Amino acid sequence: MGIGWLEVVIATLFVSIVVSLILARGRHWLEPSFWKVAATITSSVMVIALILLSVDTVRKVSVGSKRVPHPSVINKEIGYVYNAERMAMEPVFGKEVGLFGKVWSPEEAEKLITKGKLVIQSRNCMDCHTLLGNGAYYAPDLTKSWLDPKWEKQLVPVTGARSKEDAMKLFLMNPDKYPTWVRRMPNLKLTEEEAVAVVAYLKWMSAIDTNGFPANFPEVKVSQADQ
Amino acid sequence: MERLYESQKLALWYFWTAILLFGAQVLFGLIAAYQFINPDFLYGVLNFMTNRMLHINAMVVWLLMGFIGGIYWFLPVETGREVVGIRLGKLAYFAFVGAVVIVVLVYLLKQFGSGEMLTLWFITEGREYIEAPRWADIGIVAVALTVAYNVIATTLASKKITGILGVLIVDLAALFGLYLAGMFFTPNITVDQFWWWWVVHLWVEATWEVLVGVLMGWLLMHLLGTPRKIIEAWLYVEVMLVFGTGILGLGHHYYWIGTPEYWLGIGGFFSSLEPLPLVAMVVHAVYDAGVHKLQTVNRPALFWAFAQAFGNLFGAGVWGFMHTLPQINLYSHGTQMAAAHGHLAFFGAYVAANLALFYFILGKTRVKEGYILNGTPWRIAYVGLIISMFGMVAALTVAGFAQTMIERATLGSTWDAYIQAQMHPWMEEAFRWRMFFGLFFALSYLILLYDLITAGRRVEQVKEAKVAG
Repeated sequence: MGIGWLEVVIATLFVSIVVSLILARGRHWLEPSFWKVAATITSSVMVIALILLSVDTVRKVSVGSKRVPHPSVINKEIGYVYNAERMAMEPVFGKEVGLFGKVWSPEEAEKLITKGKLVIQSRNCMDCHTLLGNGAYYAPDLTKSWLDPKWEKQLVPVTGARSKEDAMKLFLMNPDKYPTWVRRMPNLKLTEEEAVAVVAYLKWMSAIDTNGFPANFPEVKVSQADQ
Repeated sequence: MERLYESQKLALWYFWTAILLFGAQVLFGLIAAYQFINPDFLYGVLNFMTNRMLHINAMVVWLLMGFIGGIYWFLPVETGREVVGIRLGKLAYFAFVGAVVIVVLVYLLKQFGSGEMLTLWFITEGREYIEAPRWADIGIVAVALTVAYNVIATTLASKKITGILGVLIVDLAALFGLYLAGMFFTPNITVDQFWWWWVVHLWVEATWEVLVGVLMGWLLMHLLGTPRKIIEAWLYVEVMLVFGTGILGLGHHYYWIGTPEYWLGIGGFFSSLEPLPLVAMVVHAVYDAGVHKLQTVNRPALFWAFAQAFGNLFGAGVWGFMHTLPQINLYSHGTQMAAAHGHLAFFGAYVAANLALFYFILGKTRVKEGYILNGTPWRIAYVGLIISMFGMVAALTVAGFAQTMIERATLGSTWDAYIQAQMHPWMEEAFRWRMFFGLFFALSYLILLYDLITAGRRVEQVKEAKVAG
């Protein structure tokens, strides 16, 4: 079912105004009771519209949907490219490459992602960083952190890691050791298991279709998709 | 001075607690602001994340306490009787304060935990604005239910329901019901943020706005003698406009979190209209000012009520509109623009409302019939708080524009783009200006505190009051 925004706008306003006028007919517009009817009807129409839209939205963003892929996507190459037709950037998926040197089964990936989210909440990441653009503004946005060129350019050499995910893991476990500028991330005592889960979560988050946010991000292409 | 209902004494407890937490909010705000300039300050001891969380949580709690205080003050006046469950209300107050103390101590001493559900239950839930651990969430709901029970039971016992009470009851039910939407864990961050905004947005941009409308309505009725019929008509217009625009205006948080594209149009359209009720309130405030030629028995309450109308329009309306359309929000989302908007909106809409209510209550409890509440300190605090708030907001707006243009539009939103923007003089200088005005704000707060403690009690004020009276 496709929903157009303009139809929703026109329908909610039309129903609010018409029903209010019908139910308030005969009352003078300066009477409180006239506005009582208008307030009740308008609020009800908007609440109903919000509930219907929420049902549709929650269905469209459930795990495994097109917009929020299943956690097993962490096994794939993930990119972020400009889609000329949509005129926005969007995630793309390539061949299976695994993560931390292994391919995670769907159940393992789900468990890992759940752990990652718990770690992210327990360490209050959102009170310095933004995730999907929401949070505090003291540290960089993490929406596409997995795809950030800085990991390979700077953190892999500095940490001496063999891969990007290893560099991310080492950084997360000892961020105070690898300052990138004057604001240093404090050491939040992540265990190795927790750091792995967070890296997986960041990779998964980069696979979410965010309608082109962040825009203008450097494109990351993937090798031939084998879907 | 009238004899106070027990409920009104409880209102005073709530207000004093709120004002002290306001001080805590300012203190942690100052520390966080200073960390933007000197990131080594308290690094590893009291990190930015903790200060920022305390800064905002203190605000949410003290504003809520002020609102509850406002309800407990006016409820017996409106119903003409003592609040039904007043003992329960007092018990809830102590439970609320106790919970706040424990949560803050854990925030300060423990700060974070390991990645398990236990952390979410007992240390922090790690979700911006509603970081309080789950046990405290349940406590907040219990406190909220006692307030709702008291309002409904007292209304029923008085056997008359006024329009204002009707709006209040519906609004309270929505306000506290919504909080439940924030009490669950899901690994899916899109679903998480989807419901999280139900709490955050539908609180501050819908139910809180209406609650403040109710409280300011009562205030105007009792302060200026505005007829009930006018207040109720305005209140209904406001409910229609706030809920009519704010409920689907929620869509402006659904542009970039993974939710479908129709939210861009729906959110953009309705949230652009959100300033409408705020314009309506300013119109009414200006009208009232003209009718009464700014004369009243309680000058600070009246002036804070005006500050509320204008502050709400500028902070929530204008600064919100600046970045609410998806066409600009694609670039400004998650930048200092949001901080600029947040500061002015909360100050204008909710801080000013709370201060107006508090001054009104102080006037009622301390100033004899025929005297007026006035003086010099409140004026200094009033002008000081407003100028310093605008100073902070101006600085953050500059920082927000710079960040939007440099990090997002030009350099491509990467980690390095972020650093380059933050190190740009346009942002660095802005953070220093924000610090300066933050200190200015803190001084003004101290003057406000002095005035709240002494208002109506100072010798020179009694004399002045006699002359005026």
